[in-house]
Order: sequence, then structure tokens, then C-alpha cells
Amino acid sequence: MFTAKDYKSDQQVRWCPGCGDHAVLNSLHKAMAEVGVPPHEIAVISGIGCSSRLPHYMSTYGFNTIHGRGAAIASGVKIAHPELTVWQVSGDGDCLAIGGNHFIHACRRNVNINMLIVNNRIYGLTKGQYSPTSPKGFVSKSSPFGTVERPFRPAELVMGARGTFFARTLDVDGPTSVMVMKAAAEHKGYAVCECLCNCVIFNHGAHNWIATKEDRLERTVVLEHGKPMIFGKDRNKGLVLDGWNLKVVTIGENGVTENDILVHDATTEDPTLHLKLALMDGPDMPIAMGVIRAVPTECYDEAVHNQIKEVQEKAKCHTFDELLGTLEQWDM
Amino acid sequence: MSSKDKTICKDVTIRFCGDSGDGMQLTGTLFSNLSAILGNEIATFPDYPADMRAPQGTVGGVSGFQVHVGSGIHTPGDEADVLVAMNCAALKVNHKILKKCGVLIFDTDSFDEKNMEKAGYKTDNPFTELGISETIQLVPVALTSLTQKSLEDFGMDNKAVIRCKNMFALGLICWLFNRPLEQAIHFLGGKFGKKPDLLKANTKVLTDGYNYGNNLHLNISTFEVNRAENLPKGRYTIIAGNKATALGLIAAAKKSGKELFLGSYPITPATDIMHELTARKDMGVKVVQCEDEIAGVCTTLGAAFAGDLAVTSTSGPGLSLKSEAIGLGVMAELPIVVIDVMRGGPSTGLPTKTEQTDLLQAIYGRNGECPCIVIAASSSDNCFDYAFEACRLALENNTPVVLLTDAYLGNGSALWRLPKLAELPEIHPHVATEAHKEGYSAVCRDAETKVRHLAFPGMEGFTHRNCGLERDANKANISTDGANHAKMVETRAAKVAQVANQIPELKVEGNADADTLVIGWGSTYGHLLSAVNTMNEEGRACALAHFNYISPLPKNTEEIIRKYKKVVVCELNSGQFATYLRSQVPGEYLQYNKIEGQPFNVGQIVEFLKTI
Repeated sequence: MFTAKDYKSDQQVRWCPGCGDHAVLNSLHKAMAEVGVPPHEIAVISGIGCSSRLPHYMSTYGFNTIHGRGAAIASGVKIAHPELTVWQVSGDGDCLAIGGNHFIHACRRNVNINMLIVNNRIYGLTKGQYSPTSPKGFVSKSSPFGTVERPFRPAELVMGARGTFFARTLDVDGPTSVMVMKAAAEHKGYAVCECLCNCVIFNHGAHNWIATKEDRLERTVVLEHGKPMIFGKDRNKGLVLDGWNLKVVTIGENGVTENDILVHDATTEDPTLHLKLALMDGPDMPIAMGVIRAVPTECYDEAVHNQIKEVQEKAKCHTFDELLGTLEQWDM
Repeated sequence: MSSKDKTICKDVTIRFCGDSGDGMQLTGTLFSNLSAILGNEIATFPDYPADMRAPQGTVGGVSGFQVHVGSGIHTPGDEADVLVAMNCAALKVNHKILKKCGVLIFDTDSFDEKNMEKAGYKTDNPFTELGISETIQLVPVALTSLTQKSLEDFGMDNKAVIRCKNMFALGLICWLFNRPLEQAIHFLGGKFGKKPDLLKANTKVLTDGYNYGNNLHLNISTFEVNRAENLPKGRYTIIAGNKATALGLIAAAKKSGKELFLGSYPITPATDIMHELTARKDMGVKVVQCEDEIAGVCTTLGAAFAGDLAVTSTSGPGLSLKSEAIGLGVMAELPIVVIDVMRGGPSTGLPTKTEQTDLLQAIYGRNGECPCIVIAASSSDNCFDYAFEACRLALENNTPVVLLTDAYLGNGSALWRLPKLAELPEIHPHVATEAHKEGYSAVCRDAETKVRHLAFPGMEGFTHRNCGLERDANKANISTDGANHAKMVETRAAKVAQVANQIPELKVEGNADADTLVIGWGSTYGHLLSAVNTMNEEGRACALAHFNYISPLPKNTEEIIRKYKKVVVCELNSGQFATYLRSQVPGEYLQYNKIEGQPFNVGQIVEFLKTI
């Protein structure tokens, strides 16, 4: 049995006081303890950015690599040795700007990696430039008159790249964070958890809409597979389909009962409803949290090794000398 | 004997050329294999266009395959004794390579108005227009129509029939060189074994081509090529450089007890390494065809971090893209092997042509002070040895190794004596042991060699954090301390420098007592050795020092260079190795450079050497 402490390194954590990364780190320590894989069998891989410092604060094997390349390096670790548990930590810039290509291909291949995108919608380490997830019009050091670009929504990228897992949590919401991290660990494939995160220095209050517990009860819906999509402090609001769209209804009003509320199925291959849920935004709709999509299927690393095993079982040569024996050859 | 006489020669060069779709690579390869199996040494040089399929019949679509067979073969030959031109465009592109009294076999059917126009001839007499010497022995053969006639009862469509005309040419060449057809037919069986109809058709055309030569009393001399001398006894095959590289990696994995991982992205002319390895799942090789070059090296870093023998293969533009990640490999002290099969640059450059222009990129092309071990193969067959050596040096020193080969070595092939795994040197990966457990960190290293004690995930008691940030020299904590940084820069440099203790000393060939030393590196070895041998045969004393180990240089490099009055560095670039040597062993260096996307020409080197 492990405790959260067993996953902490002796390094002083150097994030700004109040940074959301502290909470993400604590949740990860807790989630790892609950999953119970020994620290020496875990590799935590990151790129560059504030959140990418996280491996230094782990007692596991850690590799804080170069900007944007975490997904590719983590893929290498996992494909080489699928018996290891591999976590990847990335920020919105690291993952969705410079590392976008590796990210979508990791989703597509479905490499069995547990992946956290710590999304604070800002570049923190380079001191305050807008990121690919900053809202249009966002004023920052590199956009003094507001951005004119349309932001990415990570869920769309994951599902567009045929990703099999997408979950969302908020830095300060420890229980949901631990829950989605554990679900990511259980999932076979590239399990992307978007951790909405506050940057106290450069983007303070980015997620103010859902920052307090009370607001979250009213303004988010925590999805759980097989359970109705109910939310609200009185647990009386729910989601139903209205034509092609989702709609919020109140249980007990206009004849709506709990049976009318959509029941979440995270496992459907068809991502249509998952995407609709993931893209819900305030003020009229709740923001979806929890495991939005978790489709069971074969993962890449397993497929690679299964194919090797199959070929080896049928192979005529097993040693290097036998391999050379298969070449056209003659004595001279 | 139908021909006028038989020429016995030490060696002979044949160039097959035709349209990209004419099967010249196959024809050339089959002839090379036939020659080798009869006891010749060989060197081949496939020369093909970058376009997938340029317009048929144009000079842009001409594909060539040159092979040099005989005894004492070091290069694919400067000039061709025999040129086989499957169409008039191929003749236009290749005629200059033919010797003054060489044999030119050409398909008369292709010299019609339409094809001559496509090939850009301005007159209706191509031979006069090209200035083809009257001393050349012309062998006009209606290759296309004879092939059609040969297969008239086969019920094949005309396109498929015409595709067999290369076999008619091969049959004719087999006659010309006294090559028994049985062996050629055996090879065809290997190629078309699963398509019996094609095998039958190709065999028929091949045989008819042979008989055509035999029966038609062609008024040319046939060749008898000497068997190779002084070859060590053993089992031989013909191997292309890229395949030899792939096999060297597999051998190194077996020898080191590591699993082999390749992360790569398709790029000419390196892709065959990936093709070879991904077909070797029977050997347990893990290959990832990545989304880009950067992912190629990054998955490789990940695999090395996880404890594999990790390799990425690429060519020049890919090496540029991998630079930052190779730097991470240097900083994190991980054993990766980066194979650069060089091609003409810069940028996309000449993708199918050969050049040695990535040397300085390999040595220096990274941000910060970022030393890599750099070695180079010098023949198609020794790509095996240097791929093996790259793995040995990486695993024993836990730092990136760049292996340089090039299009000429990678695509060309040579005779190769098959080794046994047991004959190969041992590889001892430098891995952390129980003794290093106490206080283990990412910077724990051997006090003398500075080699890091490598530990990887799964090893209990060695968990640690690694990164591309500068680390404290003692505890591996992130550090921006100036003195510490200086110490770490020195440590990384010293670790690469001490590799000089693990590599062979530089050899001098030719006349070691000469005043002139010819220096080369990598793929030019065969040409330089031939040129130096010619010089010495002509009584002009000349020595050769050829480098396979570039960074670090062999320990006796300075001692050797200082012995000579004149030192001339010959390379297929504008003087990169000369520039490097000037920094390592300051002094006067003459240069002989060629940067035409083609290998050296021995005759031209000799001419140059006579002028200095």
C-alpha cells in the first residue's frame, strides 16, 4: 500500500504561491497512491512550461524534456516498455501549440499513456503571452490590443484525432481531479485529462465562473458513466436532447422526471454526444467535468508487441546467425 | 564462339540505364549478384531521379545502375566498359561515361522521331549530335520488338510484355560476360516465385536475349572477368549499405542484450533502414513510423530512457529537425544512435544524390556546447560494422552517437563476408549497479571516464529525475550556477573526448614514407584508395589516411599528419573536414572537393594529385 507521500520527491516545489499546479500535483500524488503502482515502475514525462516542472516533484522516474515533445518521448517510453506506467504532463502551449502534432498523433495511435493538459490559457514561464486556448480578444503581453485568433478547444482536437479518452477537471476540485486521474490510469490508451488551471500572475481568474464549490454545483455537471446527467445544488437540473442539441431542464417542472434525463455513456465509439457535452459552456449550459469519453479498445503499444509476438511464433529464424542464413550466399 | 574474340580483364564496369519504369535497378542488381556468385568482387551505384515517375522518355526520368565487377574492386568505376541504354533519353544522359572503345548496347526501337523529340534531340542523328566516338562498338538491338516477339504466345498485354525487355538486355549481357543462365533463372525464381506467369515470361525473354547474342554473330568481343583475389575465405553475400546498417543494429542489440527500438520518418535515401528493420519483427525489433522527424528522435530518446538500444534514422533535412532533441540526449546523457544517410543539400537539395555535407552539422549543429560522438562508414558492407560500432559507443558511454553514411553507400552494394554473432566484439552497456544505489541521481557518473551510470524505469532504488535543464554536478538538482555550468560543460566534453581511448588508431595506407598524405573520411575511401594505389603504381609516392572516427579523432591523428609535407583533404563538400582538422590539428591543408551530387572519379583525383 502506498500513500500520496510515497510519490513526492524531496525537491522544493517552485511554482508561484496560489498557482493551480500545486493542486494538480497533490491530486496526482493521491491518485497514484490509490492506483498503487510502485514509484519505480512509473515514468512521468513532460515538455517545457510551468506545469512541465511537475516530474521534478515526483518520486517516480521523471523526465522533463523539451518544448512540445512530451507526447513523442512518452510514446517512446511506453512502446519500448509497455509494462511501465507512463504519465505525461503538458501545458496548453506545450501540448497544443509547439507540440500539437505529437499530441494529435498520440491520440490517433492511442498509446497507453495517462496525459494531463494543465490548461491555464496563458504562457506563464515566458511571462504572459496568449496561448492557443486563450479566448478571442484576450489581452496579453503579445496581444496588447486583444487576440484576433480563434482558440482551440482541447476536446475537439482529441475527438477529431479519434482519441479514445477525454476527461475534464478543475485544479481546485481535488475529488474530481483524483477521480479523472484514476479513470485515466485505468483506461487503455491515450487518456487525456484537461485540468483547468489558474495562473495567479498572468491569467488570474480564468476559471472564476466555476471557481467556488457553490458555483460548480450550479455551473458544472460532473459526468459519470451509466449515471444520469444531473447537477445543481438541489440536484434537480438535468440534460436532455432537444432535437440535435442539449438542453437544461429542471426535474419536477413541466412534467420532467429523472427518467427523462440523459444517462451518460462514455464508451460509445461515436463521439457526437461526447463532443456536444465537452463543448458546453456557460452561462446557459453547465460545463462538463469528469470522464466525458472512455472508449475501450486496443492500444498502440499493445498492438505493436502483439504483432511482434505473432510474427515470432511463426518465424523461421530466431537468432542473428539464422537471420543471416536466410540471405542468398555462397562460399568464396 | 560467335564473337570475334574474348577479352580477359581484371575488372569491368557496366552501366544499365533507361526510363524509371524500365527495371534498371533490378537488372543491375541481378547482374551484380550473378557476378559475385561467380567469384567477383563488386561495387554498385544506383543513380535514380528524385521524381516518383518523371514523364516517360524524358531525360528527367532516366534511372541508372552502375556496377563494377572483378578483382580489387573499391569503387563502382569511373567509366563504363559497357553501356546499356534502353531508350534515347538514357543514352543522352549517360553516354559520356562510356569509354572511348566501350560497348554500347541500345534499343533501336526507342530511337524513333517521337522519342527523340521527347528526349530533346535537335537532329535525327543522335550519335553525331552527342559526339559519340567512332571507336565505340555499337550494338543496335531492337529490344522492344524482340521482347514482343519472344512473348507473342504468352497472351500478355503489351504493357506487361514491354516491362520484360530489361530481361532481354540482361540475357544479352549474360552472354557478353559468359554468365551461365541457370543462376540468373534461379535468381528470377526468388524475385517472381509467387507469380509463376511472370517468372515464365521473364525466363523466356532472358533466355532469348542470351541466345540472340550467341546466335547472331555479334561482331564484338566478350569479356572474361578475373575472380577476386586475396579475399578471406568464407560465406559471402551482396549487401546494400542501408541493409548492412540495419543488420549491424540488430547484431548490436543481440550482442548487448538490449531490445532494439527504431523511431523514424520516411526520408530519401535513409528509408530502407526502416524498411529492413520493420520487417524484422522476428528479431523482436520495435519500429515506430512517426508523425515527423522530431518524433522519430523523441520516441528514440524515450526508448533509451526506458532502457532500449534506441536508434533513429534520417537524412540531412531530418538531422536538422532532430537537432534540439539530440541536444537533450547529450544533456540527459542517454545512449541514442542517430543515423544520417547524407544526401545533397541544403534544404531539400538533391534527395537521391550523394554528398558529405552534413559533417559540420553532425559535429556542431546544436544549440549550446553539445558534443556528440561522430563516426562514419566507408563502404556499403562496413555500414554493418559502423552501425554496430555506433551502438557499442552509445551504450558504453551513455551519450548520443551520430553515424554518417550517405546515398552512395546506402543504396550501393558490395560483397560482404557474413559474420557470426560470436565473432563480433562484446558490448557492455554501462548500467548503474547496486554500488551506485546510495544517493543515486541523474548525474552519478564514473569518476574517470565521466560516463553516467544509467538507470531506467523498472529498476528499484534508482528512481530519479532527468531533464534538459542544467543540473547541479553533484545532486542533479536544476542549477543555473555559473561555475557549476562550466564544470558540466567540461564534463560532457571530457566524456566524449575520452572515447578516443576506445577506438582504433588511424592507419596509413599506400606508401607511408611519401611526402604527400591524402586524407579522406567516410564513403570516399574506395575512390581515394584506388587513386593512391594508382599514384604509387605510377611511381609517385603517396599515402592515405582515411577516417571513420571523426569526433573524437583517433589519438594518433596529429602524430600522423605532422609526418607529411603536404596534406590534402579530399571530400564531397566544400571543405568541412578540412575546416574541422584545421581546428583540431592546426596546419596547412590542401583541399580537393567535389560537390556535384556524385561520388568521386578516381581518374580525376589522380590528375589532381599529380598537380600538387
